[in-house]
Amino acid sequence: MVKTTEQIQRDLLRPVLDTSWRVTPALAGLALLVLAGFSAWMYQVYTGIGVAGIRRPVFWGFYITNFVFWIGISHAGTLISAILRLSNATWRRPITRCAEVITVFALLIGAMFPLIHLGRPWLAFWLAPYPNQRGLWPNYRSPLLWDFFAINTYLIGSLIFLMLPIIPDCALLRDHVSGWRNKLYSVLSLGWRGTQKQWHRLETAMHIMAILIIPVAVSVHTIVSWDFAMTPVPMWHSTIFAPYFVAGAIFSGIAALIIAMVFLRFSLHLEDYLTAECFDNLGKLLLVMSLLWFYFVFAERLTTWYGNARPEMAVFWLAQRGPYRDLFWVMVGCNFVFPFPLLAIKKLRTIAGTFLASVAVVIGMWIERYLIIVPSLSHKFLPYAWGTYRPTWVEVTITVATFGSMALLYLLFSKVVPVVSIWELKTGLRESEG
Amino acid sequence: MAVDLDRCTGCSACVIACQAENNVPTVGEEAAQKSRTMHWIRIERYYEGEFPNPRVKFRPVLCQQCDNAPCEPVCPTYASYHTSEGLNGQIYNRCIGTRYCANACPYTVRTFNFFHPVWDKPLHLQLNPDVSVRQLGVMEKCTFCIQRIKASEIQAKAENRALGEGEPTPACVQSCAPKALVFGDLSDPDSEVSRLARSPRGTKLLDELGTQPRITYLQRDSWDGQDH
Repeated sequence: MVKTTEQIQRDLLRPVLDTSWRVTPALAGLALLVLAGFSAWMYQVYTGIGVAGIRRPVFWGFYITNFVFWIGISHAGTLISAILRLSNATWRRPITRCAEVITVFALLIGAMFPLIHLGRPWLAFWLAPYPNQRGLWPNYRSPLLWDFFAINTYLIGSLIFLMLPIIPDCALLRDHVSGWRNKLYSVLSLGWRGTQKQWHRLETAMHIMAILIIPVAVSVHTIVSWDFAMTPVPMWHSTIFAPYFVAGAIFSGIAALIIAMVFLRFSLHLEDYLTAECFDNLGKLLLVMSLLWFYFVFAERLTTWYGNARPEMAVFWLAQRGPYRDLFWVMVGCNFVFPFPLLAIKKLRTIAGTFLASVAVVIGMWIERYLIIVPSLSHKFLPYAWGTYRPTWVEVTITVATFGSMALLYLLFSKVVPVVSIWELKTGLRESEG
Repeated sequence: MAVDLDRCTGCSACVIACQAENNVPTVGEEAAQKSRTMHWIRIERYYEGEFPNPRVKFRPVLCQQCDNAPCEPVCPTYASYHTSEGLNGQIYNRCIGTRYCANACPYTVRTFNFFHPVWDKPLHLQLNPDVSVRQLGVMEKCTFCIQRIKASEIQAKAENRALGEGEPTPACVQSCAPKALVFGDLSDPDSEVSRLARSPRGTKLLDELGTQPRITYLQRDSWDGQDH
């Protein structure tokens, strides 16, 4: 069924203009969850990082796992939306904005973790190269500093990339509301009047950003992988890490996007916009990434096994036969065995099918990051110094709270800005009419 | 430094001496079980041979003061850096606690202050005034007793002479009864430590990683299961 521009406008403005009573309890519940996580963090800051489960030699645990996981999720949006925009895929129109906003929120959450995990978080500003009378600068050789720059660049870039196409929709909202909301949208719409010149500039700016943001997104997860690959730690020090991480990031990002779209579709009644076709196409992309992920894991582990270096094999067997065996096979199940048939068989690649596959992938990719970090650190070169890791309630609370904060931010966003771009759908309609 | 493993009896006097000299905190039973002990030097125990004729070997492991140290480039704030004398310095005040250096160190000799250090009374009265006490969230490790090195250098300079043999002496070396630990100037080819570093019994710990450690471990090639 083809909608008219009036119907599109009415359907997509409704979630912003009318708010169901169900929103308040949802907001309250999520806010409580975020508050719990924040309290746990404050408790950790007050008492000391020792309330987390990290110990010698596993100095990185849940927090860095979450960091890599959320930065990975952030590859959902910007990268996918930029590629789809540049390739001019028409089915992208309803999904680009909900993808782009995942990027911004997931980056904000991911970028919190390097701060949360610090021993002295109140000195985190020392990472920034600010002029000071002592002439002290950060160490540009450190991959953590590369992270600092890469993540900030990506955050600013994806914020611009998200905000540009929002401008015309904010102008539309400005003309529909009064009071303080009118003032808010007046600011956000940056004086948009819809002139020919403004449209031309917007299209040009979006095109430039779509091209620029792709190398930035690739660089971010490359550098995150180099946090590990640049150290002489068994199974970390590997040339495969950069592409392996980037592929894994896009993989988990698409899964997160599908999950978010399912929630939007049902809670905001966007059945006519986030259609089965969108899920089918995203499901195909997810299938490709699942195969790519499996290829990387297979290549990594087979070369390690044949290389047969003793320190690496100690870590290798830890995940293959040792205490991390169960987690390893859950990961393979979640990332490949379970989603593969759901995504490969056309009959199963429905909305429910892609949703189930995506939930599995998100779980599996979290475990993947955990299995990259913890076994390697626990079995470094000298067997006498081997150790274990067990998270505490503080780490678990903060981890769970991040999922709550993602949902909270997403919910709030969907109440302020139409999650499906109205003007882009209208443009699509005009183009299809010729 | 040179460590003669054939002389080490595993008495752990070096561990205690280091702790007293460098204000290394004790962490208590619970944290120790969590593998959060703070010792800057540890005695690794290895067992050789089969019952009924087994043998225990000890290896004191401390910061190897690598020439090409993996801990140094990864620190984002230069808290871990290379001094002009070739030591791996650790600036406690500059450390923000990313713990990246400890992950990168293949010897696992860096220890972390998970909480503020506490000394049970009256131990708080016997802190060494020459060594700063580290606070919560800071990484620390063996310094080769930098405070003693500096004191000796200042003394020698005041007396207008070069540093002599056995001057300075780190606390672990001073307390080693069987003289398994030998400390000295590796840039002086005639010093005892240089002579030992050239010994055919000498090896470097994890030499294959290319970290170029400054500690030479001396031991017979292998043990044939017989006490001669």
